[in-house]
Amino acid sequence: MKKRLNQCSEWLLERFPISDLWNEHMAHYYAPKNFNVWYFFGSLALLVLVNQFITGILLTMNYKPDAKLAFDSVEYIMRDVNWGWLVRYMHSTGASAFFIVVYLHMFRGLIYGSFKQPRELIWIFGMLIFVCLMAEAFMGYLLPWGQMSYWGAQVIISLFSAIPVVGDELSLWIRGDYVVSDATLNRFFAFHVIAVPLVLLILVFLHIVALHEVGSNNPDGIEIKEKLSWKGTPLDGIPFHPYYTVKDIVGVGVFMFFFAAVIFYMPELGGYFLEHANFIPADPLKTPEHIAPVWYFTPFYAILRAVPDKFAGVIAMGGAIVVLFMLPWLDRSKVKSVRYRGGIFKKALLLFVIAFVGLGYLGTQPATPGATTVARILTAVYFGFFLLMPLYTRWEKTKPVPERVTENLTLEERIPMLKAIIDEVILTEETPGMMGATVVKRKPNYAGIQAVLIRFAKNLKKSLD
Amino acid sequence: MKKILFSLLLLLPLSVAASGGGFKLEDADIDLSDSAMLERGAKHYVTYCLGCHSAKHIRYKRIAIDLQLDEAEILKNVAPLGAGIYDQMHSAMNSHDAEKWYGTNPPDLSLIARSRGADWLYTYLKSFYTEKGKPTGVNNAVFPDVAMPNVFWQLQGTQTAVTKNIDGQEVITELKLTEPGQLSPQEFDKMVNELVNFLVYVGEPVQLERQQMGKYVLFFILMFIVLAYLLKKEYWKDVH
Repeated sequence: MKKRLNQCSEWLLERFPISDLWNEHMAHYYAPKNFNVWYFFGSLALLVLVNQFITGILLTMNYKPDAKLAFDSVEYIMRDVNWGWLVRYMHSTGASAFFIVVYLHMFRGLIYGSFKQPRELIWIFGMLIFVCLMAEAFMGYLLPWGQMSYWGAQVIISLFSAIPVVGDELSLWIRGDYVVSDATLNRFFAFHVIAVPLVLLILVFLHIVALHEVGSNNPDGIEIKEKLSWKGTPLDGIPFHPYYTVKDIVGVGVFMFFFAAVIFYMPELGGYFLEHANFIPADPLKTPEHIAPVWYFTPFYAILRAVPDKFAGVIAMGGAIVVLFMLPWLDRSKVKSVRYRGGIFKKALLLFVIAFVGLGYLGTQPATPGATTVARILTAVYFGFFLLMPLYTRWEKTKPVPERVTENLTLEERIPMLKAIIDEVILTEETPGMMGATVVKRKPNYAGIQAVLIRFAKNLKKSLD
Repeated sequence: MKKILFSLLLLLPLSVAASGGGFKLEDADIDLSDSAMLERGAKHYVTYCLGCHSAKHIRYKRIAIDLQLDEAEILKNVAPLGAGIYDQMHSAMNSHDAEKWYGTNPPDLSLIARSRGADWLYTYLKSFYTEKGKPTGVNNAVFPDVAMPNVFWQLQGTQTAVTKNIDGQEVITELKLTEPGQLSPQEFDKMVNELVNFLVYVGEPVQLERQQMGKYVLFFILMFIVLAYLLKKEYWKDVH
């Protein structure tokens, strides 16, 4: 029996380089040993992609891409299909989770300079994945054929009509009708289920191939390939398998905990993951009171609304994404990681985060004159961060970068520190109670809370220098 | 086309502030584990709502299973005469008549609790008041100019609106019961609450089961995290 198995594996190995592939990308792929929590989101994005594929395939088995049947077929899945509700919630929550994970993954690249030379191409592929993901999410959102699906698609497709000369013809061509209709639903289904996932898969493949060619960056922004051991392996690197496979499994567990908490206890997440108005079937004659895209599009939607002219708004919205593609060439600093970069970059980064989150919030809110003014300021900050980057990064005063990667605190080392802080903010009083027991009373220690907050503010200020 | 859609884009977000109404919503007391309450709610639904509003995404069979009721019992006590156990909750009214009588088609209520929320439904059903000149003789404080008449008028009695002039606009501050109905206000509130409870259940029949399942799933995942963490620690022992 054993001989037979060996023969089989030999037969395979002679014809397919499976062990070479395994070694090159897993067992002998050296990754820096100092990855911190930010480095979980790459593998988590892959996990969510698999989740979306599997649940998506299951959903198509009962979903009907027909304007007359679509809404009811989703409710059929939710009620009459065995475990259909779970599959549907995994898919709808997965869509939002995908964006959470991808935004954090992109932010990681931003703070540790993972987009910089020699990893520009990884960043470009990643940005293409992001654009594909937005197209995928937008088209997928039409499929339940609820009011928000319908009117959201109506508004977004109408944006193409702002393009001079060909605009009206173009939006008509995209819709396949004068309004969003069955024709639109069918083509969006085709794109959502076949075309875009295929492109996404190819791009993810290219993203990983490009990454494994140059190797991963790390929180210190040091090239580990420059310091090799006598064996020729990086001194600061460890094989991806088994070290990072077992580590990423922990990340998968923590992610699944939050993911399951949403699915089982709050699948609508207060109207952010599943909008309330989308439980009303699409009605081309009744416009909802307030059309808001799902949360992951709101920063870009807020930019669109902030610009007074429609065409200029569309350009600004597109520009907000295009400018991200140019990031590797906008940043002129020699230092990669935020840990050793100058104060001006850190302050700019903080402003950018505030602008992005602020725009995201404003995009969910009605555009009152006050909100529009704030959105305009934040839009200026958003673009300022990127377009002024060649100036402020060229002269920033960076700190010396260490030769070798630095150690991260482990979880065990962090727990006593956390406990010390908790002890500082909570006053514990022990008084003897009845029958020899001690009664422990806890109350907040305001002086302690103040001290912790002041220390936090001071640390924050220091870290921005 | 371009212009229409553009103005749509600009106007829609603005109109939400105007349509909020501002009438304070009351809290509905939702308890999906109370099958007796759900059964009473189902009965109210068939008696007062089903004449016009279908709930086509739920079957009597499903209600029987979820509320642990006998199939014969649900057909006798809850379902309208002639309905079968596998039937969905269809309304007897056809859309042609509805259009003629109300000027609009009464919506299917299967998902109304998910789009409007329990508190909104509870307050809405209690907020009809008499207004002269309306085709149905009533208006609603939560949903102004709604086409629906007050189906509970015999039970609730008659309410009139107390208004106050705020910034040159008449705003309804409260509704006063001017003519008592067959039920006391407490009994009426209880009845509406039972009905809303049923609608919340119909919105997502699996939700109670889902929440009960959730704690086992989360516990399992927690155990998984502990094991995964110990595995990671073991493998990483030699990394310095």
